[in-house]
Amino acid sequence: MEYALKDFHWGKEIEVQQYLQPLTAQEALGMLAQHEGRALVIAGGTDVIPLLRQGDLKADVLVDITCLPGMGDIESEGGTISLGGLVTHAQFASSALIREKAGLLADAAGAVGSPQIRNVATVGGNLVSAQPAADVTLPLLALNAWVTILSQTGEREIPLTQFFPSQGRPAIDCRREILTRVRFPALAKNQGGSYLRLSLRKALALPMLACAVVVTVDPKMKRIKEAAISLGPVAPTPFRAAKTEAGLRNAPISKETLEEAARTAFDEANPRSSLLRGSKDYRKAMVKVFVRRGLSRALANAGAALTEEN
Amino acid sequence: MKDHKLTFKLNGRKISAKIPPRLLLVDLLRDVLNLKGTKVGCRQGECGACTVLVNGEPINSCIYPAMKVAGQAVTTIEGLSKGENLHPIQQALLDEGAVQCGYCIPAMALTAKALLDKNPHPDESQIRGGLSGVLCRCTGYRKIVKAVQKASQK
Repeated sequence: MEYALKDFHWGKEIEVQQYLQPLTAQEALGMLAQHEGRALVIAGGTDVIPLLRQGDLKADVLVDITCLPGMGDIESEGGTISLGGLVTHAQFASSALIREKAGLLADAAGAVGSPQIRNVATVGGNLVSAQPAADVTLPLLALNAWVTILSQTGEREIPLTQFFPSQGRPAIDCRREILTRVRFPALAKNQGGSYLRLSLRKALALPMLACAVVVTVDPKMKRIKEAAISLGPVAPTPFRAAKTEAGLRNAPISKETLEEAARTAFDEANPRSSLLRGSKDYRKAMVKVFVRRGLSRALANAGAALTEEN
Repeated sequence: MKDHKLTFKLNGRKISAKIPPRLLLVDLLRDVLNLKGTKVGCRQGECGACTVLVNGEPINSCIYPAMKVAGQAVTTIEGLSKGENLHPIQQALLDEGAVQCGYCIPAMALTAKALLDKNPHPDESQIRGGLSGVLCRCTGYRKIVKAVQKASQK
């Protein structure tokens, strides 16, 4: 028995020498610098702790940023919504502002893990984990969000589309930087969004496939001006379906347009076969269904519903 | 590794302890404070058996660093009854025969409490949603859901 447990996460201890709880961002950055390379930022910890236990992540010092001021707020100013990096999934799943101005994001947040996870896990953490199936990352990607990153040399902003250069490695170094904020334009009157998710169970299940859509329609409700479609996990990183989006630019709002988009998405999505998430063929077939249905719902939410609901 | 000082409120009482910084909340509760009502299941935040309330909200204590509860109020299953008087949720679980092996029940009772504190009269889907973070391998959930319905009617 002991032998069997040896390599199992249950039998492993987390080897952390210090747990620091700074009260300001400057203090936190100072601590990271002081323990250069050996310290790691932790927020909710729902990813960090399991990874430390499994030995997939190493750190001597954890710098817990959950007490930093001003990073737990949801704000709206001049059509831009701003989420502090520490806003929890529970917080924005139930936010009236997010429900109204970015409903797809609230839907995605509500699907993550369990109430226990959502009470603790943060939006910053979801982005920084950079998983191709990260529920909250997909709608933020479709909403053209950008993130603010703080380091000792100052603040920088980067669009989320450039935040995931390679698998599991976001454009932030959590040993010296902090994701302080994520911002995105609130959905306008001529825009609609949707989030669809396929999973084995309704709770505590990673998505086998998820699709976030934001469409912008012309004032006459005849054409799609623009569409943003993100899919996961169909590639090593959270994925924007660029070819499908290009095909939808200025396309008429019709069943044929949606069918064509579904076919293009089928061609450009490249999921792997996975024992956990289903076969490649099945998930590719579902990409087709999700893109068509996601577009249809997003159009309906923009007030431009197709007469024939699929 | 130097021990860290930690002060927090546990079931209404102030606790001060010196603990290793790597300690997780579930191990603080079970191994240091000897409160065995909180269970360890998967140790990776999936089964929910380790659920406790922090400031009234359910969290998975097996992936929650103990140092995080500094200055916070923690409720475990030991804090639910008032002496010999069971909490209405505990009584309802008994009355409905909702307990089989019992391993998930402390977590079920605490998540139900958190749910009813916020929403005193949930419908069935809200109850199932509220309990969705705790896995039960015995009962099929029906009687647990019924027990929460019963407790919500009181």
